[in-house]
Amino acid sequence: MGETITTLNTFELLAIPALPLLAALLAGFFGWFLKEKVTHCITSGAVIAAAILSVDVFVQVFNGASFYGNFWTWMASEHFIVAVGMMIDPLTVAMMVTVTVVSACVHLYTIGYMHGDPGYSRFFAYISAFTFSMLVLVMGNNFFTLFFGWEAVGLFSYLLIGFWFKREAANYAALKAFIVNRVGDFGFLIGVLAVWYYFGTVDYHEVFAATVGFVTEGHTLSFLGWEMDAITFICLALFVGAIGKSGQVPLHVWLPDSMEGPTPISALIHAATMVTAGVFMVARLSPMFEFSETALAAVIIVGAITAWMCATIGLVQNDIKRVIAYSTCSQLGYMFVACGVSAYSAGIFHLMTHAYFKSLLFLAAGSVIHAVLANQDIRKMGQLRKYMPITYITMFIAALALSGIPPFAGFWSKDLIIEATMVRDMGWVSELAYWALLSGVFMTAFYTFRMFFLTFHNTDRVDPKIKPHLHESPKVMTIPLMILAVGAFGSGLWGVYVLDIANPEVINGFFRDSLFVLDAHNPLLKLELEEHHPFFMTLPFWLAIAGISLAYGFYFKESAMPAKLAATFPRLHDFLLNKWYWDELYEKIFIRPTQCLGQMLWQKADLAMIDKGIVHGGIIDSVASGAAKLRRMQTGMVYHYAYGMVIGVFGLLTWLLLKG
Amino acid sequence: MESLYNVLGFPILSLSIFLPTAGALFIWMFLKDDMAVRWAALAVSVATFIVTLPLLLFFDATTAHMQFEELHPWIKAFNINYALGVDGISMPFVVLTSLLTVICIVSAWTCIQTRVKEYMLAFLILETTLIGVFCALDVVLFYFCWEAMLIPMYLIIGVWGGKNRVYATLKFFLYTLGGSVLMLIAIMAMYFKTGGSFSVLAYMDYPFNFDWQFWIFLAFFIAFAVKVPMWPFHTWLPDAHTEAPTAGSVILAGILLKMGAYGFLRFSLPMLPDASQYFVPFMVFLSLIAIVYVSLVAMMQTDLKRLIAYSSIAHMGFVTLGTFMFTEIALEGAVFGMISHGFVAAALFLCVGVLYDRMHTREISAYGGVANVMPVFAVVMMFFAMANVALPGASSFVAEIMVLLGTFNPSSEAMLYMPFSMKWVAILAATSVILSACYTLWMVKRVLMGDLVKDEVKTLSDMNLREFSFFAPLIVLVIWLGLYPAPVLDLLHVSVAHLVDQATSSKLADAALIAQGAAAHLTGH
Repeated sequence: MGETITTLNTFELLAIPALPLLAALLAGFFGWFLKEKVTHCITSGAVIAAAILSVDVFVQVFNGASFYGNFWTWMASEHFIVAVGMMIDPLTVAMMVTVTVVSACVHLYTIGYMHGDPGYSRFFAYISAFTFSMLVLVMGNNFFTLFFGWEAVGLFSYLLIGFWFKREAANYAALKAFIVNRVGDFGFLIGVLAVWYYFGTVDYHEVFAATVGFVTEGHTLSFLGWEMDAITFICLALFVGAIGKSGQVPLHVWLPDSMEGPTPISALIHAATMVTAGVFMVARLSPMFEFSETALAAVIIVGAITAWMCATIGLVQNDIKRVIAYSTCSQLGYMFVACGVSAYSAGIFHLMTHAYFKSLLFLAAGSVIHAVLANQDIRKMGQLRKYMPITYITMFIAALALSGIPPFAGFWSKDLIIEATMVRDMGWVSELAYWALLSGVFMTAFYTFRMFFLTFHNTDRVDPKIKPHLHESPKVMTIPLMILAVGAFGSGLWGVYVLDIANPEVINGFFRDSLFVLDAHNPLLKLELEEHHPFFMTLPFWLAIAGISLAYGFYFKESAMPAKLAATFPRLHDFLLNKWYWDELYEKIFIRPTQCLGQMLWQKADLAMIDKGIVHGGIIDSVASGAAKLRRMQTGMVYHYAYGMVIGVFGLLTWLLLKG
Repeated sequence: MESLYNVLGFPILSLSIFLPTAGALFIWMFLKDDMAVRWAALAVSVATFIVTLPLLLFFDATTAHMQFEELHPWIKAFNINYALGVDGISMPFVVLTSLLTVICIVSAWTCIQTRVKEYMLAFLILETTLIGVFCALDVVLFYFCWEAMLIPMYLIIGVWGGKNRVYATLKFFLYTLGGSVLMLIAIMAMYFKTGGSFSVLAYMDYPFNFDWQFWIFLAFFIAFAVKVPMWPFHTWLPDAHTEAPTAGSVILAGILLKMGAYGFLRFSLPMLPDASQYFVPFMVFLSLIAIVYVSLVAMMQTDLKRLIAYSSIAHMGFVTLGTFMFTEIALEGAVFGMISHGFVAAALFLCVGVLYDRMHTREISAYGGVANVMPVFAVVMMFFAMANVALPGASSFVAEIMVLLGTFNPSSEAMLYMPFSMKWVAILAATSVILSACYTLWMVKRVLMGDLVKDEVKTLSDMNLREFSFFAPLIVLVIWLGLYPAPVLDLLHVSVAHLVDQATSSKLADAALIAQGAAAHLTGH
């Protein structure tokens, strides 16, 4: 157990997760008799307070403070000791501020969005409890608090996706999300087991301190005859967890379906916070990942494939939320590539800017959906800018940020990732990633503006019946949009110029020693030292402009081009529209075979073989037939019995005599 | 006679064993009215629960010695004693039994309307035998309670059970009886081998040679494996569960299954360490089957109780897996898993009972959208479903993670006969993370979620206060032990460490010495 090191107020730190938790408990248990207004005041108030405290802690940490300490021993057995404690450093506070600020905006927004829903207080209880879990995840000081938060956010994600439990699709999506996440958690759990096995502790400080020595000792383990470094095994297993939670290939299938949940949670959980937990985890564990080239390469490959593939799917989707959802998968891929090329600070920077502009995109989309009465099909929208100017402008800002147009937030962080990938030389792996990310930039700009133009420009295709209903959302929804728009606009500039995130001269810039990068890996340092042709440095920008222009040509006004293009390549179009057929594939290779196997084991092995075959056929029948034979011996004739007795006595005597 | 270790200086174990029977006698002789019987049975069970609480309070967690001991000669001719005592491994089960009995009696308050008196009597007598099993330090007494328990259980399923109850009871009875016969043979063998002792502690110290250990282990194995139940002796359990009345299922899942696993801990490991080590690969194999195969079977069930029964078997797979790793963490995980499963599985059966009382069907397809009309119930059931999935924060998570940690890093004795690294076993066992989520949450989806389309479901009423009252303590316990398991683990540490010591020290050297001594003795003539 490490010593408590603190220059921060423990009480303040504890209050940050405790406030949302208490609010959630109040809203959850007493929501049924509290008025709507009381519920949302309690929960929103608590989360806003947590956000203010987080900002305060952020400022203190920015000025050099930190915290490390345990509060209580969760369990102890033999050498296995796990405590509940916190570790507050720049990485933690960056996450804390992101989580609480977005959560506070979402809480406010929800007041308008969920107004009149029968599950109003339940919803607030869930999102506050989610905020608590997410804070535990980022603030914990060991692998178990991480795992606790990890599972708890998964639970609330499940509950919130299935929030409208009357809808079959929502229930299905919730189940899918939970199970697919559990596949990731399986890997995570094994990673944690391996950490304890090899390091004898699960405490971050102790594990990180021991890693260098551990690597030089050169532990290996063989997996099906394949020898691998223990550190690689640990990192890969943990990364499986990140793949699940952050919607990366091949476990990305749950994230687009999670859009069945109410839109505020899509913004909070499935864009800004929970899905970024995987990126956070890789960055948090950078002192381990740095020592495994294989694991880093795996992170890059998975991230690059996801970034590219989900962007292609996003090109043709017609559900406004699904476009943004695929975009989320894709952007998370960018963050993973950043971590994989050891530009962790760039990855976390993109995580922060993305949290603002993506939650803004979602909330603006929610505002649109709210206006057009729960229709999510962008083919039935158009010209909405006339009715909802604030939503229009804020979404425009978010779209520019996502596309990577300077000076909006996404430009700074995405550009940094692409440049870092360009200079980090890892053979074909980094080459592949570089081109995947570059083409991704073009596609991102295209699908974002496709969605944007189809929604707000183009021709008016809104169902005439709901025309009279069209209106701008109430203030309680538009104010959070405006707050987030500030973030979507300025968080990039702020990160670069105030926090000095990209400065390689100070180690990891703002993040100091909370991130660990080997000098030989550091791409940001290399970027600073080497000269690069301006063409490559500005290429992402021009690609984004090209994407937007193409979307402008296709969708700003009604055009026959998109349909013509789809008709020319019908197979490709179907392939993308059906999301590369991942769901169908999984149905065929996992779901059905598992069900068949279960059915077979039950019917064939349990019932037919054990029950009917052995128990009935073997034991019961032979007992029954044996008993029937024995019964025949009970003839009722005395001489039969006497005869039997004589034989018996003889037998016994013989046995006794022989035994001596 | 050595001095007895009993800090209370008062036969508290006897009191907790016989109080239910005494109460049963009183009810049988003096009470007629159903309501009076119910209240009296409740009073007796609560009194028993209160009597068992000092066990927790005055338990000395710093020693592995048996505590609250009692010893009286019973049948002197055969050296059979009435010997009682508990250590950290058995004591929690005594308290668990007395707690679950109270819950059983409350849960049967309205749903049992015929032969109420006999029902309550059966439960109280069952409680006596169950506590007896966990306290007995004399093998004959143990065997007596082990067998006597069958009768009330047989009656509970056979008289108050469902449509197919005769088949289920017969199967239950034959299976367990078949196992018990072998156990009796094993006990006789040990009696003669040790030169006429029935003392559990004497058996632990006696150096059996390997052949004896081998055969006795096998005989015990079948008796215990039927009870746990382990594959392929498990098919009686789903039938027994489906046909049993709710409270019967609760006691079956909560306590009866633990007797098998307890048998391994009390008999196989300490008495037969070498055979236990020899059978590790076999036990690991069966445990993995329970975790993977049975989970897959659970997934496909269409009957609620059958699903939870299979899920019970899968979770008991973790218990047997942890038992045979011979490390403190794994064994503590196994014991903790039994306690936790006692809460979670019991609560899930109670949930089914709440539904069954209203709808009189266990078919999953008959439900759907229950959350619309029974919101409080939905929250409770969701809670226990998540506990069944072993989410962190629930007691079941603590148990599972400890067993997995122990399996990842087993003692060298557990590895003596293992053909491959136990890490792969841990990884296979960890698939439970996925599988348990599949069957539990799919069930939740089909029962609780969805719109109200079925007319029968539309008229359901939410849980009443009585029903909530028996869930409340279970919820508190599951969360408390999940967030702060230390107090219970503290009770286990020393006893489990002692058990690990027993299970990892070979008896063969001593056995060889004895054999040589015997040979010298023979040649001397």
